[in-house]
Amino acid sequence: MTGYIIKRLIAMAVTLWFIITLTFFLMHSIPGSPFNEERNTSEAVQRNLEKFYHLDEPLYVQYGMYLKSVVTFDFGPSIKKSSQTVNEMLGRGFPVSFELGIVTLIVAVFSGIALGIIAALRHNGFIDYLAMTIAVLGISVPNFVLATLLIQQLAVNLAILPVATWSSPKHMILPTLALATGPMAIIARLTRSSMLEVLTQDYIKTAKAKGLSPVKIVFKHALRNALLPVVTVLGSLAASILTGTFVIEKIFAIPGMGKYFVESINTRDYPVIMGTTVFYSSILIIMLFLVDIAYGILDPRIKLHKKEAS
Amino acid sequence: MEKVLEVKDLHVTFTTYGGEVQAVRGVTFDLLKGETLAIVGESGCGKSVTSQSIMRLIPSPPGRIADGAVLFKGKDLTKLKESEMRDIRGADISMIFQDPMTALNPTITIGEQIIEGIMQHENISRQDARKKALEMLNLVGIPNPSERLKHYPHQFSGGMRQRIVIAMALVCEPEVLIADEPTTALDVTIQAQILDLFKDIQKKTGVSIIIITHDLGVVAQVADRIAVMYAGKIVEAGERREIFYNPQHPYTKGLLNSVPRLDLDGADLVPIGGSPPDLFAPPAGCPFAARCGFAMEVCDRVYPYKTHLSRDHHVDCWLQDERAQKMLAAVK
Repeated sequence: MTGYIIKRLIAMAVTLWFIITLTFFLMHSIPGSPFNEERNTSEAVQRNLEKFYHLDEPLYVQYGMYLKSVVTFDFGPSIKKSSQTVNEMLGRGFPVSFELGIVTLIVAVFSGIALGIIAALRHNGFIDYLAMTIAVLGISVPNFVLATLLIQQLAVNLAILPVATWSSPKHMILPTLALATGPMAIIARLTRSSMLEVLTQDYIKTAKAKGLSPVKIVFKHALRNALLPVVTVLGSLAASILTGTFVIEKIFAIPGMGKYFVESINTRDYPVIMGTTVFYSSILIIMLFLVDIAYGILDPRIKLHKKEAS
Repeated sequence: MEKVLEVKDLHVTFTTYGGEVQAVRGVTFDLLKGETLAIVGESGCGKSVTSQSIMRLIPSPPGRIADGAVLFKGKDLTKLKESEMRDIRGADISMIFQDPMTALNPTITIGEQIIEGIMQHENISRQDARKKALEMLNLVGIPNPSERLKHYPHQFSGGMRQRIVIAMALVCEPEVLIADEPTTALDVTIQAQILDLFKDIQKKTGVSIIIITHDLGVVAQVADRIAVMYAGKIVEAGERREIFYNPQHPYTKGLLNSVPRLDLDGADLVPIGGSPPDLFAPPAGCPFAARCGFAMEVCDRVYPYKTHLSRDHHVDCWLQDERAQKMLAAVK
């Protein structure tokens, strides 16, 4: 097992290096620089600024310096908001995004799996159609539309929930709902289809023939086998939800890190672009690693480490 | 001998988009204590549906027991509540399915899969259940059972898995074991071992076995009595010797003629021409008439009465009808 983990860690580092390199060169191939705006700065000031951020150096030198900063986890100061370092920005934004993300994930996973199971058990019945209609709506209605609707109905018309901001559990309800519906729908559809497949398996018939109750059959025999595809999507889903979403955070005025992804690119804020990308990629890679570990736990046939073949 | 199970005029239908399929059309048979009954017939004749209907395991909908009764110790299983039926499954009547590679849950240790069955039906501690599972694995010939309990199905070979499936089915000491094609997915040497295991276990526990198969070789090895099914009906039934040496229904004869034999040349293998009738609209008369070399007009129109040839041996065929036999005798 440790051998496997070490191997994986090395592979993860290599992946990360690829992503960093690709992002670095892509980023510098976008025309424009952080300093050519309408604001009139004199040539000298511009040159000094570029010198300060080493933007006058050749690209490979900047790349080398950048790699060094990634390895030491110090992304330096933001170019646009020079009073803050990238680390500070992520450190402030991530906990908020993470909080919203975790609650969203819990809601999406549990309700999605429950909806999927119910739909599968009542296959082709009214409840199945209802659940799948909800799921299709959840996938096809963009979350900003849903967020606006929720605010209008629950916060403005009925006035039972706050419109925006992030300060109490009550404030979490609307953004969580808006953010969780999409992933919930994806998980529900996946759970349903893989559950339907598993329920026709012979070992389910065997379990029935043993006289087990439907509850035991579903939760002990079927669900575990049906969850593999769900776990697969969960990795990338979790990474993107946990690192914040631009739209939802904007609508609900949540001080998460979602906005940095978009703003930094618009303003060519190189250190922030690299910081968010490296951060997101790391989380994604770690999640995918966890998914692989979860595979091994869910299905004993998947061996993570080479052992003697029995 | 005491009757353990009586199936009376069982009708099973499946509702499909194309209409109602009459998969089982009035099947009647008894199962005696400690005997092995083989139900034989080609694919689609209704033998698996019959066996799964006894356990009430046919997927419903679309399947439905339309008529008839299944009496187990005087209780009609078709009228029990689902919860009462669950108490019977695995405890009084057990079932083994065809493919041991898929019949075990791949994500649960075989120990747990056996133990959960025991715990479901018997009010005993986990420890005792484990002990029982060990004894059972020993009985079916799994070496080193206490170690093997912790293993997952993929760590066993096909034959071993079938032994585990058998252990699982027998661990609550059921009175009836239904084995649906238990050896079809195994290679021939393993087949023989598993069949020996059946006989051995039957001797030790006195369990009655219904074995469903299309393999007459298997039948010859294990069956005490044989029921031949065709198009949802039992067309001939009797003691093993009577069916093998004195078959009376043309379909039974056809089946026996189409088995390869070492003592005859390959050229003598005679297949049965044609294919079974459409069970959406089964024929009014004998379903085999269209493929039968001896068919008469009456065969097409009226389903033959059951003719008893001896105490156990009976056949549904006009050729064996008393009147036909009398006439034959008169001509001779």
